[in-house]
Parts: sequence; C-alpha cells; structure tokens
Amino acid sequence: MLATLIGFFGDFELAEEAAQEAFATAAERWPRDGTPDNPRAWLVTTARNRAIDRIRRDRTLAAKTRLLELPEAMEDPVDETTIPDERLELVFTCCHPALALDAQVALTLRTLGGLSTEDIARAFLVPEPTMAKRLVRAKHKIRAAGIPFRVPPAHLMPDRLAAVLAVVYLIFNEGYGGRGELAAEAIRLGRALAELMPDEPEVHGLLALMLLNDARREARFAGDDVVLLRDQDRSLWDADQIEEGRAGVERAMALGGRGPYVLQAAVASLHAQDPQDWPQLAALYGELARLTGSPVVELNRAVAIAEAGDVESALALVERLELDTYHYLHAARAELLRRLDRIDDARAAYDRALELVHSDPERRLLERRRAELGG
Amino acid sequence: MKYLLLIHQGDTPTPRSPEDWARLSEEEQNAVYADYQAINQTPGVSSGLQLGEPETATTVRVEDGRTLTTDGPFVAIKEALGGYLVFEADDLDAAIELAARIPAARLGGAVEVRPVVEW
Repeated sequence: MLATLIGFFGDFELAEEAAQEAFATAAERWPRDGTPDNPRAWLVTTARNRAIDRIRRDRTLAAKTRLLELPEAMEDPVDETTIPDERLELVFTCCHPALALDAQVALTLRTLGGLSTEDIARAFLVPEPTMAKRLVRAKHKIRAAGIPFRVPPAHLMPDRLAAVLAVVYLIFNEGYGGRGELAAEAIRLGRALAELMPDEPEVHGLLALMLLNDARREARFAGDDVVLLRDQDRSLWDADQIEEGRAGVERAMALGGRGPYVLQAAVASLHAQDPQDWPQLAALYGELARLTGSPVVELNRAVAIAEAGDVESALALVERLELDTYHYLHAARAELLRRLDRIDDARAAYDRALELVHSDPERRLLERRRAELGG
Repeated sequence: MKYLLLIHQGDTPTPRSPEDWARLSEEEQNAVYADYQAINQTPGVSSGLQLGEPETATTVRVEDGRTLTTDGPFVAIKEALGGYLVFEADDLDAAIELAARIPAARLGGAVEVRPVVEW
C-alpha cells in the first residue's frame, strides 16, 4: 500500500504520514462502523484524500510540483484491481545510483522490507539517530533532486538492475555471518524480485545463490569452530532451500542466463552435491573469472583444478595470482604444497596465512592444519 | 525540473593549453566541438557561460569589515568550475544523461548536477 501511495505522490514522507493517518482513522472507525468490504481500497482512498487535503493547504508545495494535476478527492473507494503494485518502481527508486550505497540499503530495508529504523540501525551497528538521519536525507534527496519514481527504461535497465541486486546481496552478506534476520530479509526481497521480474535470469540467479548459501548455515560451525564444506553434516542442511535454489539455477539457465549471479549459484549448487563435480566446477569458475576478472575466483578455480587431480597446475596458477595479503591464498597454497609433499614450504605458507587471518575460528582452523603437518 | 550542470574540467585537455590539447587525436578534438554543439542545441538546454580559467579567478572574503582577496578560485585549481549550463528536464535521469555527454565527464573532469530551487 505504501508503494502505491509513494507512486501516486512521488513523496515518501507525505505517503508515510497519509498511510499512518488512514490506519489511525480505521482503528477508530471500523470497530464502530464495521470493517469495509474492501479494507485495502478503503485505506488507500482515505490516505489519498488526507494527503490531497494537506497538499491543498500547503500552497507553496502545490504550486511547484506535479501534484497540481491531482484529481478531486474521491468519494467512492477505488476498485482493488486498479490499485497498482508499485513495489518494482519503489525498489529501483531506493537503489538509484544518485543515492549513496548505505542510503540505498537503508531505504530498501525500510520501505520494502518494512524494518524499523531501530532494527536497521542495530543490524548495521550505527546509532539509531544516525540511521534516522540517513533515511531522512535520502528521502529528501529523492524529492529535491527529482529522482524519478519508475522502472528504468530499457537502455538504463542493465546497470540499474545490477545496482538493485547488489543491494539485496549486500543485505544478505551482512546477515550471512550470523545475524540471520537480515539474510532472511534479503531472501524475502529476492523472492519478491523474482515474482516481479520473472524473465530476468540474474534475478533468479541471485535468489538461488542466497538460498543455496543460506541452506548450509546450520552446518557451517561446530560450536566456535569453522567446519569445511567436505566435513559438514549434511543432515543440517535445509533440503527445501537447496531444492528451491537448484530450481532457480535451472530456471535462470533456461532463460539463457550466464551472468555472475547465475554462475555463482550454479557453483553453489554443484558444491552441494556429493561427490562434487570438480571438472565442471573448474569450468564454471573459469567462466566466472573471465566475466569478473577476479583473482579470488581464479583462486577457487585453482582449488577445483587440484581437486580434479592436477595439483601441479593448480599450484602454478596460485603462484601467478596477485593476492599476497589474502590469507585464503596462502592457506590454499599451503594445502597444495602439502599434497606435493613439500612440507617445509607448506608450513611457511601456513605461517604467512596466520599473519593475515582476522577471525578467531579461522585462525584456529589454520593452526590445526599447520599442526597436522607435523614437525 | 530545472538543473544546473556545473562543468569541472579537472584534467581535461582544452584548447586553452595547446600542449595538452595536442595530445588528443584530431578525431577526439572534433568530437569535443561536435558534442558541445549538439548539447547546446538539445531542447531544454539554455546556453550557459564559459568561464575564464580557474587561474584567472579572485576569491573575496570580508573579515571585520575589511575586504580580503586571494588569488585563485575558492577550491583547488584542479577542482574549480570551468563553465555551466542550465537544463530543463523531466527528472534526474534525463539530467544525468545530458551531463554524461559533456566532454569533461569522459576526459578527466566531472559534471555536477544540481537542482535549481524555484519559488
């Protein structure tokens, strides 16, 4: 309903206030007069009329905006079927590139997710007044700078869709490490996007990726210790999410998707299989590396190549990568050296990795692996 | 909505410094002239002004009733304004598209898009 009102007025604050007033009026009237046949239509009509009245009283605003074109306050409730679902317009507006990324994230969670300012502040570890100010500034920028409330035209779509997906994925990743509520929120948003844009392969790809990663959440830690994928208790995996994720990958590929989210989701899907198809994984990582130019993806490809049987090629690949401050590189290199029976070199690589690691569970894992080398 | 497009040349080669300008190919140089012409003829664009180079600026402050001047622009020379134009557009996306066509945006400078307050 909020999306509809924002669409109608092009003004977040006006829409929010009008919605609140409509709910307050309903709370007053419905117990007395009975619930209307079409409550949603009643609320939208009431909110619209309230807002129209306010605008008419505020001459300055009315004179200078498109609100001049407002129809007369409507007497009859609007037909439910004519109320547009403007969530898509809303998400593209919230994620407009003219807004700072942290504002995009906050606005998306607030207006599409319906999270309270306090919840969002807590999730991102900032004080509540700071988050409140961030939201106010973002809404003000949208109005003052004329950010349009619409689904972007075709020629802008690729970049704008990428921005929306990046925001949703960021929300997922912030919750991924443990703040489970945000991961669930991101998945909810992903599902809404898949429903609203069913023909976009990357949308399905992102949802699938999030589901496949989230499905393994319970198995990732044993107490405070990190559990590697191959050692995870698969009974702790969410089978429904994995199935839904796999279906999403198929759907995306059937639509011709070979973009970064689709590829990452395909990788995640293969990782969830037992035994893992390492040659296929190596091929997918290769495609993803060509697309993104990411040395981290190349590192993953090297690991897949090693698992498929060619440890020497994998090591050669790893040693070409420029990722010296990335502890995973040294950890991977250590493991490859161990397999080639170069134990002293492996130990040195673990030492380097331990210099760089930043989380305690991962440090303990590396120390264990180093100790297993003996000597 | 009305927007002011503030053009910051930054590192953009301009005819004013012949040495820098010569680093651009003839094709690129012609493209700069053609782009400005096309922009000025775009519906909604009111020709702005081309300003004297940032080095020619004088910045004025008044302290305790005394007028103080400093040589140069308010901001660093590299960041200073080179010119501007006014654009009447439907929304910010339209203003951004026009800004992206201004040569400075792709040659080492930037264009700031600011809404104009109208009473």
